[in-house]
Amino acid sequence: MINNLWIHPALILIFGAILMPLVPKALKKTYLLIVPFLTFAAVFSMQGLNGTYGIVSFLDTPLIFGRVDSLSMVFAYIMSLMCVIGTIYGLNVEEDCQHMAAWLYAAGSLGVIFCGDYLVLFIFWELMAFASVFLVWFRRTPQALASGYRYLIVHTAGGMALLAGLVLRYQATGGDLSFGPVGVDAPSISTYLIMIGFLLNAAAPPLHAWLPDAYSEATFNGAVFLCAFTTKTAVYVLARGFAGMEILIPIGVCMALYGIVYALLQNDARKLLAYDIIAKVGFMVAAVGIGSELAINGVCALAFAHILYKSLLFMGCGSVLHMTGTCQLTELGGLYKKMPKTLIFTLVGCLSISAFPFFSGFTTKAMIMSAMFEEHKTVYAFLLMAASAGTFLVAGLKLPYYIWFGKEQPGTEANRKAADPPLNMQIAMAIGAFLSILLGCYTPWLYKMLPFPALAAQYHAYSAYHISETLQVLACTGLVFYLFSKMLAPSPCLTIDMDWFYRIIGRSILWFAKKPVQTLDNNVGEGYRTVGLIPLMATARFSSWFDWNIIDGVVDGLARTVRGTGDLVRNFQSGRLQSNIFLSVAVVAVLITIFVFA
Amino acid sequence: MIVNLIDSLRNRLGLIKLAGFAIIILLVANDWLLVSKEHAHTSMEQIPGFWSIFGIAASVVLIIASKCLESLGIAKREDYYDK
Repeated sequence: MINNLWIHPALILIFGAILMPLVPKALKKTYLLIVPFLTFAAVFSMQGLNGTYGIVSFLDTPLIFGRVDSLSMVFAYIMSLMCVIGTIYGLNVEEDCQHMAAWLYAAGSLGVIFCGDYLVLFIFWELMAFASVFLVWFRRTPQALASGYRYLIVHTAGGMALLAGLVLRYQATGGDLSFGPVGVDAPSISTYLIMIGFLLNAAAPPLHAWLPDAYSEATFNGAVFLCAFTTKTAVYVLARGFAGMEILIPIGVCMALYGIVYALLQNDARKLLAYDIIAKVGFMVAAVGIGSELAINGVCALAFAHILYKSLLFMGCGSVLHMTGTCQLTELGGLYKKMPKTLIFTLVGCLSISAFPFFSGFTTKAMIMSAMFEEHKTVYAFLLMAASAGTFLVAGLKLPYYIWFGKEQPGTEANRKAADPPLNMQIAMAIGAFLSILLGCYTPWLYKMLPFPALAAQYHAYSAYHISETLQVLACTGLVFYLFSKMLAPSPCLTIDMDWFYRIIGRSILWFAKKPVQTLDNNVGEGYRTVGLIPLMATARFSSWFDWNIIDGVVDGLARTVRGTGDLVRNFQSGRLQSNIFLSVAVVAVLITIFVFA
Repeated sequence: MIVNLIDSLRNRLGLIKLAGFAIIILLVANDWLLVSKEHAHTSMEQIPGFWSIFGIAASVVLIIASKCLESLGIAKREDYYDK
């Protein structure tokens, strides 16, 4: 941003994506680095320049594309940074369209973050859903294709709820579509519809099954983008509009526990991480429900840290998938010998997500817990603490143990192919790991960016009590993992979830179309043939016979004579050039003979 | 280097287990004797080693909950949806 010239960061990504096919191959990698970096620079340059920019009048309605304030800035900062890391990670992907989809997806997220009204929000919301599905489809497996369609259908339903909500709101407010706090004290139907639309993207049960379904089927680099943008953009809009909405507290706590319990049963590493996203987003949703300044600070801080460590974990598992061809825990084990660097980076992610001191989870999640206890939501707070222990069990112990340690499987193809991934993927993971440690060790970097920086400055994560509390929970969870290791061993299975319903509904519709509808259609067709077509043909045949033999035969045989002459002529008009020439020459010869000898 | 370190640790599993238990005992002792509990959120936390007990209880309950859910029939063969 230069003075009054405000460039929307999403525009840089959108134009960058559109122009990508025109870039020569030799410059492609440089281009892939420059565009996300420019986007991040555009966001970075806006710091401290709060205000409203990019107002466009459309049908007498002002559309606000650029609301810059501390809440939008902290989310835009991490989203654009994530776009840089994600693109570096996927730099070895040759296909332009994969990068284009990822950038348009990130642009959608930035568009939502900076929007000032519901109309702009809706446009970018749908851009996100549309662009992100390609990150699943580009895996090009039948499962990914089907999963992508399910993802699209569910998000379309969520978009419909949001659209219905904002239309009702437009009517109720007399044409005011500005996006801000919705008035949580007196919620109307429109408030709930908008909230459902947002909660679907935040993956709140029972509207959550799209997330593990799609993220585990996405491309190795697509999942890195997916894990960052959709859910955290939803957290942003909830924090913007629904801060203090009490119902979000139990919803968030349910998400946290549900996610962990399901994650414990997973065999696919990326599905395990996907369920853990639901759990972690649950912390954020619950904190939005609290709505205090400390809680909103906590939401932003945890979202910021979560994007970094979760993408780091997805990058680690994506590397395993990219190199070995599988992410199934039962097919992996003992990879530390072959992928040691990936192990180190992923371990930083594991320690961060588990909130070990000196890692990002420790300095961010604590704010939410403090806000919970401060507002006397003691039961909910203890349930969230239990979910924290579960996170360590799942993402801090089970995941790394069964991939990198555990029993080595020497004969398998996965083990044979395992090696550290290409350099660009290692660099992306190193950046993620470095930033996760930085967040844990140097708190002012993030705390200064939070919506209430003065309050954040007074917050001290490193109190002796907090360290003691955290270490005790972690150590004892480790003990339980050791004692219950047999129960926690993965088995090759899948778990049915809420997607069972729409998968079964889909199959029922298909069965209904195949069996009753098609049978009915066949029967109607057969009935028509028997009742209608056969008598009609018989009548037609009789009419023809009657016309030919009776009318024509009795009256003058004209038709038969015409046909006979026609047949005769047709024999001469064979269409073969040689015959025609022969016939013509023969006729001429006969005529000359007659003329000469007559 | 990392591989050698891990290999040597794997060869000393008994020692690691012992260190793990020692850490837990030290943490509980630290919580009981040294740490000031003025920042405690609830009165329950005054119990020595409260968060250790909580950590064990929470993990066990979550594992049992997941196993109960599994026994209810949510775990299916991997080709369940392909059939």
